[in-house]
Amino acid sequence: MIEVEGLTVRFGGVTPIDGMTVTFPGGTCGLIGPNGAGKTTFFNVLSGFVTPAGGAIRAYGEDLLKMADYRRARWGLRRTFQQEQAIERLSVFENVAMIHEHSSGSRASRQSAVGDALAFVGLEDVAAQKVGGLGAGARRFVELARAVVGKPRVVLLDEPAAGLPEEQTEQLGQVIRAIPQHFGALVILVDHDMTLVSACCETTAVLDFGRLIASGPTADVLRDERVVGAYLGTEEAV
Amino acid sequence: MDASTAVRVLVIVALLAFALLALPILLSDYWIVVLTEAAIFALVALGLNLLVGRVGLVSLGQIGLLVVGSWVAARFFFLTGLPFPIVLLISGVITGVIGTLLGLPALRLSGLHLALITLMFAGLVSIVIPTVNFPNGGGGVLGHTESSFGNPAVRRPSIAQSDPAYYRYTVIVIAVMFLLALIHISSKAGRAWAAIRQSEAAAIAAGVNITFYKLWAFALASFLTGVAGGLLAGDEGKLYSIQFRTIDSITLLAVVMMGGIYSLWGAWIAGLLQQLVPALLNDWFGFFERNPDFVLVLFGVGILQVLVTAPEGLVNQVPKDLRNLGRLLARLAGKATGRSRPAT
Repeated sequence: MIEVEGLTVRFGGVTPIDGMTVTFPGGTCGLIGPNGAGKTTFFNVLSGFVTPAGGAIRAYGEDLLKMADYRRARWGLRRTFQQEQAIERLSVFENVAMIHEHSSGSRASRQSAVGDALAFVGLEDVAAQKVGGLGAGARRFVELARAVVGKPRVVLLDEPAAGLPEEQTEQLGQVIRAIPQHFGALVILVDHDMTLVSACCETTAVLDFGRLIASGPTADVLRDERVVGAYLGTEEAV
Repeated sequence: MDASTAVRVLVIVALLAFALLALPILLSDYWIVVLTEAAIFALVALGLNLLVGRVGLVSLGQIGLLVVGSWVAARFFFLTGLPFPIVLLISGVITGVIGTLLGLPALRLSGLHLALITLMFAGLVSIVIPTVNFPNGGGGVLGHTESSFGNPAVRRPSIAQSDPAYYRYTVIVIAVMFLLALIHISSKAGRAWAAIRQSEAAAIAAGVNITFYKLWAFALASFLTGVAGGLLAGDEGKLYSIQFRTIDSITLLAVVMMGGIYSLWGAWIAGLLQQLVPALLNDWFGFFERNPDFVLVLFGVGILQVLVTAPEGLVNQVPKDLRNLGRLLARLAGKATGRSRPAT
């Protein structure tokens, strides 16, 4: 469970997150909102790239903001990026293994942990290939394997389906849905694809101009008038 | 060991045997000395190759570090009777510490800003060195005496007194250093560097302590450069500040990029380009001897060529071009036989 209380981020005169209070209970949680709503900024606060002006974040009872940025991976915080960041010059296996070794996974468990993550996303056949030679879709799955290897506790997915064709998005959705059960991690999914969000997320929170405007079971949230007005524009789009 | 690794090891062993056994017989002492210097610069290039190619940090201060390494080694050779390899190690470690301090700005700066800061360091060294001079057997902390008559040279290892023997010694030491670099890039550190090079944010999110690994890269590159400095001191015997120019740091970056920054072989090509090519040009065309800076123009053209057509460098481009040439020849031969067939 992640509890966010009164989180505020300021960049000069801009306030991309303005007193956000929300709880992500567990399982797969959606985080949606129009462009500039503060979703990626929220992820960057969790990752330690952005220091908030105020507020608190407790993850499984621990104060996340007190941890050094690179130590959060060791704690179990993982993420993907809007612009996929799998390492081109390393093989698929090394891409996943390096997260395992830098997040204090033991050497003895590396082979099996990496194998498990690759099998989970369906990439075991290309383990030895360099990521630079893979297509955009496969790279997204490499990033996903990187985010789940070992013992993840919180997995942040920032538009993982961006640029993917429908068929691969569906496959991605199935993989994402299985993360909480397979790895016991809480997943926060940011995406503009409402089909993917409704298919994956039991609960969803909605941000608009840095403020939380709704949260709760995904189906209820997507019907909420404020959400429809602020984000989706028209009811037909739901 | 799979087949491709086995072939690779065989090629390396064959090349090493050729360099150690055949070249000293085939070449005159003059060219052996040139090759010794090329090998030493290959080691300096290796340091920069790692920084630029593996971590994405551009340093223009490598010749400054080479000076530090040569100075420290010369000082210890005159001051102590320590065995040659121990002095190389000391010079590597001390240069490594200084290089790590130089790397501190790299934690906050990158790209052009880091290049400028490190260039300033090379400039600083080139101002300090003519003042303190290289040790030449004198007393005191600096070990320099003004009298130039009868000064001893930096000693060489007892097993490598002659130029060909010292050449072999140098090649072996450098091969060990390349092995050290290879071990690094195929280990946890190498994977961390690859992550940092791709994206610092993603590296942090992957649990990489980027402060530590950036400094580690500077420490390793500077260690290698320090060892190169020690080898250079033994090679030259007598060192003068005039031998080291700040601009050589820039030429070094050019040849490292021309050689290829993504492969360790690129560093060998860089060493040959930096030392052998000017010597060959001097030998063939007196013009270059009279206008030594003209080689910069050649490197300028070379770097342009690499940036435009082969970002992976000559180490990648030459084999590719040779394969294309082979295919072209095969096609031409095929055409020739195709045409001649109706006549027969």
